[in-house]
Amino acid sequence: MPVFYETEVTSRLMLGTAQYPSPAILADAFRRSGAGIATVSVRREAGGERAGQAFWEMIRALGVHVLPNTAGCHSVREAVTTAQMARELFETNWIKLEVIGHADTLQPDPFGLVEAARILTDEGFEVFPYCTEDLVLCERLVAAGCRVLMPWGAPIGTGLGLNNIYGLRSLRAHFPDLPLVIDAGLGLPSQAAHAMELGYDAVLLNTAVARAGDPAAMAEGFARALEAGRLAFEADPMEPRDMAAPSTPVFGRAKL
Amino acid sequence: MTRAVTIRGAGVVGLCVASELMARGVAVTLIDPWPEPGEGACSWWAGGMLAPFCEGFTAEEPVVRLGQEAADWWAAQGVAVQRRGSLVVTLDRDRRELDVFARRTKGHRMVSGAELAALEPDLAERHDRALFFDAEAHIDPRAALAHLHRRLREGGARFVEGSDAPDGPVIDCRGLAAQDSLPDLRGVKGEMVVLHTRDVTLRRPVRLLHPRFPLYIVPRGDGIFMLGATQIESAERHRATARSVMELLSAAYALHPAFAEAELMEIGVDARPAFPDNLPRVIRKGDALYVNGLFRHGFLLSPVLAGMAADVVTGRNETPEFWHEDHG
Repeated sequence: MPVFYETEVTSRLMLGTAQYPSPAILADAFRRSGAGIATVSVRREAGGERAGQAFWEMIRALGVHVLPNTAGCHSVREAVTTAQMARELFETNWIKLEVIGHADTLQPDPFGLVEAARILTDEGFEVFPYCTEDLVLCERLVAAGCRVLMPWGAPIGTGLGLNNIYGLRSLRAHFPDLPLVIDAGLGLPSQAAHAMELGYDAVLLNTAVARAGDPAAMAEGFARALEAGRLAFEADPMEPRDMAAPSTPVFGRAKL
Repeated sequence: MTRAVTIRGAGVVGLCVASELMARGVAVTLIDPWPEPGEGACSWWAGGMLAPFCEGFTAEEPVVRLGQEAADWWAAQGVAVQRRGSLVVTLDRDRRELDVFARRTKGHRMVSGAELAALEPDLAERHDRALFFDAEAHIDPRAALAHLHRRLREGGARFVEGSDAPDGPVIDCRGLAAQDSLPDLRGVKGEMVVLHTRDVTLRRPVRLLHPRFPLYIVPRGDGIFMLGATQIESAERHRATARSVMELLSAAYALHPAFAEAELMEIGVDARPAFPDNLPRVIRKGDALYVNGLFRHGFLLSPVLAGMAADVVTGRNETPEFWHEDHG
């Protein structure tokens, strides 16, 4: 199982906690999928002045690791302040760092991301950066102190899956020992299985589960797909080839 | 049979419970720090949609089934119920959201062209199709609260300013304030905006499905429109954020640009009381009966919940739906 900053988790599935029909259904999704990490938005949910205490207690009661995020932050300063608030509220050094660069596509601001990652690492945070699959950006993030990378599959909430297989594959090849998590853009379990087959360590989902007609069932579907994809990766799959090759030899077959 | 009951809380739940008890011949006293209808109750900020089918998109089955009784109940109390149905639309980019909404709800049909233009000319200019829920209705929630209040007073109900629990049978309808005795209860913050414009003619509630900023608009007549509502996991009751108001206004502007010139009448904020499954409960705890957790369905479900609570008090049905025993 993946190890994030010396902490081994029990599942390759991370779930966001927004947009569910109810907290009871959210809890069901965690139970049925066995997801090991819950991401929590600090700005809006469970935030300021302990007003979200009840929701936060429910998340705590799930008994999973909590990964607070800086969702909705558009600048380095906002993200850093939000991370500091998160550390206080959730008593963890983990922070999923989002610095949004574009209001419409919600894609990361790579320049702000590297700067914020450097500041937060210096302050003792363990940063999980939401980034693109750009190799150079990822190298800079690692140089800034990140020991986990969370490239998107596609823009947040689109459900488009893995948009740049080549880029994701080359990222895996360049960082063979770093935990890599697909964050954002997944809509279907098959896409999560594909991420596993590429050798990714985990996936983070929110909309795909929370906005399904039956979120708990969808969460379980994803969990099974992750298991299948990971088994396939570990089993060393065959390489595709151009020529058809029968699994039963034709030669020597009895002529009846 | 119980002859007299004290009700704590004079929001929509308390007023409905009082009405149902009075109809069964029970004398009622309502205690509330703000006994007149007003900003003290989160129902003051409600939309007033009686839309059980639309709510079924995210709410569980009982909301759809029992919410269908609401329009008749309010009409029977003498409240003006607008039975014009409701409409659901999307922006062009999010067309598929409408198909998903249609798939997961009942009681609708797709309307377009001339039929949509006949219902809401303002929408037909900008939308080629909409989902029409023709059995849905809406009321002016503030008028409805004032109406129940007046009728109760005329019927002999007493309204007392205060917050202490008296001796004798008590039904606790305090909403979020009952967190002191119902630990499962949480607040879900909602922010709303009231606009005034003569340039928009909507006659029935319209929901705009949007991946980030879902919105509903409820016409209150005389050019008044209520825009609602955010849904944030927080018990904060007083601070509307610029972000939330901006989102509501942008969504309204996207629905119809004439809202840009509307007069901003009011920005409202409060927290809805909710249990973890977002369904209401009738709870027996010690000597008190609690009716709570109405979430965003105060006007939709209070009538049914009130009937259940009144049945419990008068011994007609000791264990109605949503019944919980709390021995904690």
